[in-house]
Amino acid sequence: MTAVEPRATVEITVDGVSVDARPGEMLIAACERAGTYIPRFCYHPRMSPVGMCRMCLVEVDTGRGFALQPSCMVPVTEGMKVSTESEASKKAQDGVLEFLLINHPLDCPVCDKGGECPLQDQTMAYGPGETRFVEEKRHFPKPIAISETVFLDRERCILCDRCTRFADEVAGDALIHFMGRGNHTEVNTFTDEPFASYFSGNTVQICPVGALTAAPYRFKARPWDLTETLSTAWVDSVGSRVAVQASRNRVLRVLGADADAVNWGWLSDKERFGFEALNSDERLAAPIIRDAVGGDSREFRQAGWGEALEAVTAALAGASPERVAVLGGARLTNEAQYMWAKLAKGVVGTDNVDAQLGDGLDPQLVLGLTRATIDDACRPGGTVLLIGPDPKEELGTLYLRLRHAIVNDGVTLIEVTPHATGLSHLAAHSLRPRPGTTAGLVAELVAEAAAPGASGAEGSDPPRPELAAAAQSLAEAGDGVVVVLGRASLAEPASVINAAALELSRLPSARFLPALRRGNVMGALEAGLAPGLVPGRVLLDDVGDDSPLAQTWPRLPASAGLDAAGVLRAAARGDVDVLVLVGADPLNDFADRDLAYRGLRGASLVVAVDLFVNDSASLAARVVLAAAGPTECDGTFTNLEGRVSVMSRKVTPPGTARADWMIAADLSERLEPGSTSGLETSEAIRAELALVSEVHSSIASDALEADPMEGVLLPLPGTAADAEMVHAAADEDPGEGEFLLIAARTMYDDGVMLRHCPSSRGLAPAATARINPADAGGAGLEAGAAVRVVSDFGHIEATLTFDDGVPAGSLRVDWLAPGAPANALIAEGTEVTLVRVETR
Amino acid sequence: MTLSAANEARAAEIISMFPRPRSALIPLLHLAQAQDGYLTDEAMRRIGELVGATPAEVKGTAGFYEMFRFEPLGTYLVNVCTNISCFLWGGEELLEHACESLGVEVGGTTDDRMFTVEEAECIAACTEAPCLQVNYRYRGRMTPDDFDRLIEDLRDGRVDVAGHGVLAQVSQMIPADRLAGVVPPERAREAPVWLGRNEAGVTG
Amino acid sequence: MGTASAAGGQAAPLPGRSPADGYLEHAAGYVLNDGPKLITSRLVHDDSFTLARYEATGGYDGLRAALETTPAAVHDEVRAATLLGRGGAGFPAGVKWGFLPPGKHPYYLVVNGDESEPGTYKDRLLMERDPHQLIEGCLIACYALGLQQCFLYVRGEMALAQERIAAALNEAYAAGYVGRGICGSDFSVDIVMAWGAGAYIVGEETGLIESLEGRRGMPRLKPPYFPAAVGLYGQPTIVNNVETLSNLPWLMVNGSDAYKGFGSESSPGTRMFAVSGHLRRPGVYEVEHGVTTFRELLYGDNFCRGIRDGHELKMFIPGGGSAPWFFEDHLDLPLEARPVGAAGSMLGSGAIVVMDDTTDAVRAAWRVVKFFARESCGKCTPCREGTTWLEQILRRILDGDGRPSDIDLLLDVGDNISPGPYPVAAHDGQEAVPFPPRQTTICPLGPSAVAPVVSTIRRFRHEYEAKITRRDPIPIEVVPVGASQ
Repeated sequence: MTAVEPRATVEITVDGVSVDARPGEMLIAACERAGTYIPRFCYHPRMSPVGMCRMCLVEVDTGRGFALQPSCMVPVTEGMKVSTESEASKKAQDGVLEFLLINHPLDCPVCDKGGECPLQDQTMAYGPGETRFVEEKRHFPKPIAISETVFLDRERCILCDRCTRFADEVAGDALIHFMGRGNHTEVNTFTDEPFASYFSGNTVQICPVGALTAAPYRFKARPWDLTETLSTAWVDSVGSRVAVQASRNRVLRVLGADADAVNWGWLSDKERFGFEALNSDERLAAPIIRDAVGGDSREFRQAGWGEALEAVTAALAGASPERVAVLGGARLTNEAQYMWAKLAKGVVGTDNVDAQLGDGLDPQLVLGLTRATIDDACRPGGTVLLIGPDPKEELGTLYLRLRHAIVNDGVTLIEVTPHATGLSHLAAHSLRPRPGTTAGLVAELVAEAAAPGASGAEGSDPPRPELAAAAQSLAEAGDGVVVVLGRASLAEPASVINAAALELSRLPSARFLPALRRGNVMGALEAGLAPGLVPGRVLLDDVGDDSPLAQTWPRLPASAGLDAAGVLRAAARGDVDVLVLVGADPLNDFADRDLAYRGLRGASLVVAVDLFVNDSASLAARVVLAAAGPTECDGTFTNLEGRVSVMSRKVTPPGTARADWMIAADLSERLEPGSTSGLETSEAIRAELALVSEVHSSIASDALEADPMEGVLLPLPGTAADAEMVHAAADEDPGEGEFLLIAARTMYDDGVMLRHCPSSRGLAPAATARINPADAGGAGLEAGAAVRVVSDFGHIEATLTFDDGVPAGSLRVDWLAPGAPANALIAEGTEVTLVRVETR
Repeated sequence: MTLSAANEARAAEIISMFPRPRSALIPLLHLAQAQDGYLTDEAMRRIGELVGATPAEVKGTAGFYEMFRFEPLGTYLVNVCTNISCFLWGGEELLEHACESLGVEVGGTTDDRMFTVEEAECIAACTEAPCLQVNYRYRGRMTPDDFDRLIEDLRDGRVDVAGHGVLAQVSQMIPADRLAGVVPPERAREAPVWLGRNEAGVTG
Repeated sequence: MGTASAAGGQAAPLPGRSPADGYLEHAAGYVLNDGPKLITSRLVHDDSFTLARYEATGGYDGLRAALETTPAAVHDEVRAATLLGRGGAGFPAGVKWGFLPPGKHPYYLVVNGDESEPGTYKDRLLMERDPHQLIEGCLIACYALGLQQCFLYVRGEMALAQERIAAALNEAYAAGYVGRGICGSDFSVDIVMAWGAGAYIVGEETGLIESLEGRRGMPRLKPPYFPAAVGLYGQPTIVNNVETLSNLPWLMVNGSDAYKGFGSESSPGTRMFAVSGHLRRPGVYEVEHGVTTFRELLYGDNFCRGIRDGHELKMFIPGGGSAPWFFEDHLDLPLEARPVGAAGSMLGSGAIVVMDDTTDAVRAAWRVVKFFARESCGKCTPCREGTTWLEQILRRILDGDGRPSDIDLLLDVGDNISPGPYPVAAHDGQEAVPFPPRQTTICPLGPSAVAPVVSTIRRFRHEYEAKITRRDPIPIEVVPVGASQ
């Protein structure tokens, strides 16, 4: 065989017109890009073709004359001639349509899909006027709930295999499947095993008929009543693109939008259905105030904005800057983050600002590491090193992208996580560091990859062939290594992962995809919502007097401030006068519940800016400012890659709730008149951000408008961090009856937003204490037993469960199970948390 | 119920004969059906674990094949062929007689749970029409009288047919020392040695 | 499934159906007649399935002969013999083998023993009564092509065949014919029996591969899934029929020249035919390929000896349930693929079903259509919905609920499954439409359901019309309006 130069385009003829197609693409896609839409039901561009529905039959010249071919399964070839309009094509398509309709119920008037239904549209456009089918239609009992959120009407189903293919191929949750055969085929679940997939909502979106419907939208609206806007999902840091749809000033549905660089049209159910919380009756519609907290605390009372803001302004004006702290801000848009950074650092003059709550990574490290994009991580043939959280639990659509890359594109996954993840069964190598030892293990891995035998992995006792194999795989990866970096266990301090990252930055050409979890956390770090930083990845100490920032901001903090842990410690000591929680809930999210409690109670005044009264605010806040939600204000979002995309206002906030940037602007203006003049729109704020931060200069509005779907990638850091961090390796042996604690987040938990989502409220798993089955024997523990997990610092109650994915000697709890906050077990600064299990 | 200890052992043997465990799915389902007479949820769950499939995939695969049942049948499943060759020799009448004689509808099971009567498609005995199978054992050229005699014989134990679900009563066993080697395809990339003879000529 | 009477109410038994009238010369299974016996020579022995009998009758000599030459030479011999596939498509095995892409090991052999085509009955005989011959055939193929593992897929409903093959494999392993170091050579291959569970579509080779991978046996689209290129586990795979492989031992012992001494030039050797239906001596015959005619087979003394007493031929299916139907005027065609295809049908799987003048054409067509509707895998819309619809229309006509438009509806529904002129025998001065049909589906199952419909409407339209507009209406007394006042 002679090598053929790959061609950039393939020329085909569609209905007599010459068209340039992409090599290897399917005929149906080539025709569509050329403006010829071939009707289809089973074909979906993000899934493998199956050629089932036969709707896309067109005549293709095979060289022996034209023959009907399914255009979804025929790759284009040079010189291919296609006739999509021929009599034979039309007859075949009409025939398929009639076949699909003979058993399809005539219930369009009561069907959710009515008005946006491909089957209905095709029928209206091309279908026969009258039915020739006089027999009885196929009957099934009307909709059955195949999960908590998804309903299936099998009479409407046309067996296109989209949902089942999605479940199997894309999500890896083959919990729905074709059952039966032939004309009796139906989609269904196994007995008593619901379609409990984190991604189930995608099947509703891709269903070409009304067979699958989702509880949050069922019977809520007709498609023609909805208006929609392109926006960005806010529940995690992947920044999936979404279409937000609303009717009568109420968001009714969120659909995935197909951003090629990000989510490919898919969403996790949390991204899709999370909007329900925004419609909750418990949303704050106005500021609330109470005069005292604690034992003698009174109920909140509603207040006017003037009163509430004046109270906060007075407290801020009266406090010395170093006694003011701001925690949180990952929920905000980039513009709001900038305004809060400016308020705290540039107006108040405090650097005690931290968008992360001890559950992230060192901000300077994150901003300094050579960055990789999602596409970099998913590049065919590449290698991904996962040192971080389970993507399936924390970063849903990133999980889907990684899964696709591993399964379809030959990406090699090496995971170094303390417990099994949703990708473990696809991983080429899984190393399980004991809690506290990740950095050490990574150092060995790097050394072994650089020089086989260096770590003594082969000769060590016991031998560790899996380390050697992983190292070899890493060495062979060459320049294709992308490290997905984050916190697998919040019982392990950030310093462990920070140190591991530094080890890895020694690997030539390793790039990093920060797997920080919280919403717009990357935007917050870029905007300077972190101690020691100002907007644009600039150290506070490096800000020159003549820099645009110094010229624009009234003042700068005198010195670098405290991170979240430092703020809470100071507050607990009584050294914080004003603590502002911008969408932060340290009581539930900070990895030391006792310290969070003492800090919140120790601050003189706690102000919360939020959509709900969360547990921290309920405990300690005296002023809660009602903030607008993500579908209620304009702005931009920066995802974990550093990709900036638009968030769009679709509805107005409830009552008098205000956009976060507006709250910051009002406070700034009260404290420093003129400091926010002209900053009255998110565009104006973005313009100032671009002025003071070189990094943000690329996100001028017209740049975002150029490709609203894909967004704009901020210039990525390209040099390895030079920070030196010291991490004392902790490798404790658990004593008799003791376990090393792993505390990991789950997709659904008892967080404040999920509590207010009707469809996902019940999905947070009940508290479990998971141990390796091998650990059961000695301790006499039985699966299902009600136990108390006890550390030196606290205890939680849980059900004991055996889990092969937890290594022997460790015990895993979920981070925020209802009624069992894992942070009750943990003390800030402790390298390794030892726990015991007591039977209740 | 889930698989018995003996069937677990046999399941392991069957799986070892295929390059990929999933290929053993249908044989394992037969094993479970032989054990219980039909496929129980527990057995399907267990088989899913053994071959790496979700219970939905197992049931969805099983349901494609008519021989697998999710409900108990009579001890004897009587499949009467009515396809074209048997139809020509009275297959329809034979089926009608079978139903009448046993007092059941097509697909029904007698009250004593002894017999289930079903209509079968061509079972490859066309020159011996009309034919039927009792638990997949053939009876050809059946007259209504033959049928009644067969039922009596089965009731009285004069004919030895294993209960529903039991197919072949001989199992393939590969002695370890005779096994050429079953490995997943990715571990069999080398050309087999004997193809070398094409270049080397015959080596005997 | 409906009840037996669903299609016709309590219709009176058709004439000639009573056992006394029809069972007299009704033969059972295999009929040993005069003529060459390349693959059925052992079937006369009661113990034909044992290794002892097999070895005593030249068993495994073909394997030994193969091992004494090179794999390529074995392939050449098969190619030279023009051994046509016996599963239905009739493609030369040696050519099919040549489609394996070089170097993409491992290759697999999958034996298609899922015999289920209506009227077909020969692979079961070979599996039950001469399993070693099949095993030897598998070994020869594996040796020739470097196939590293063989899966012998037996239809689920064939319990005895499964037992006989399992027993034979156990014997063959023990005796050193299968497994590691076969006959002391460097040739090693495992043959593993797999079995189905009741699905006709698994007889389609890509459906068979899906089933063997532990999935629903739904066919894959060709291309890209030509098994020889992308088959079992995505590896190059040869799928051969039981009868095809059973020819190899004889071929290796006697050579391709001897093989070509039988049959015609384009269709050499012998073939097994199951001839069923209204005949004096229905049975399974080994017949010289290509030279024998339908007339000889149906009427010859050496074969079926004619239509049962007192009746005439009405129609016959020449190649299994999927084949368009033939009539009196086609009896002189030879049993050879090309002329049969040109005449509008196919030789298919060697299944001939003969219907005499007592047969209700509409009801017979419904029986076959009902089969395809039941066996449709459900993947392609036209087949899943269309075959069921055809069946429902036919049943309605049989039940006396037909509408005048139903005949055209049947043809148009058929056209939406199999567009364009459908293969049909010449009739009323119109020329035959040659085989095969076109299809809007992945596999030919759906189009096969159109065969009986088109075949019978073309020839026996009056029977449809008679059922739709009953010739014997019950008179209704018409009382003029107002007469009673």
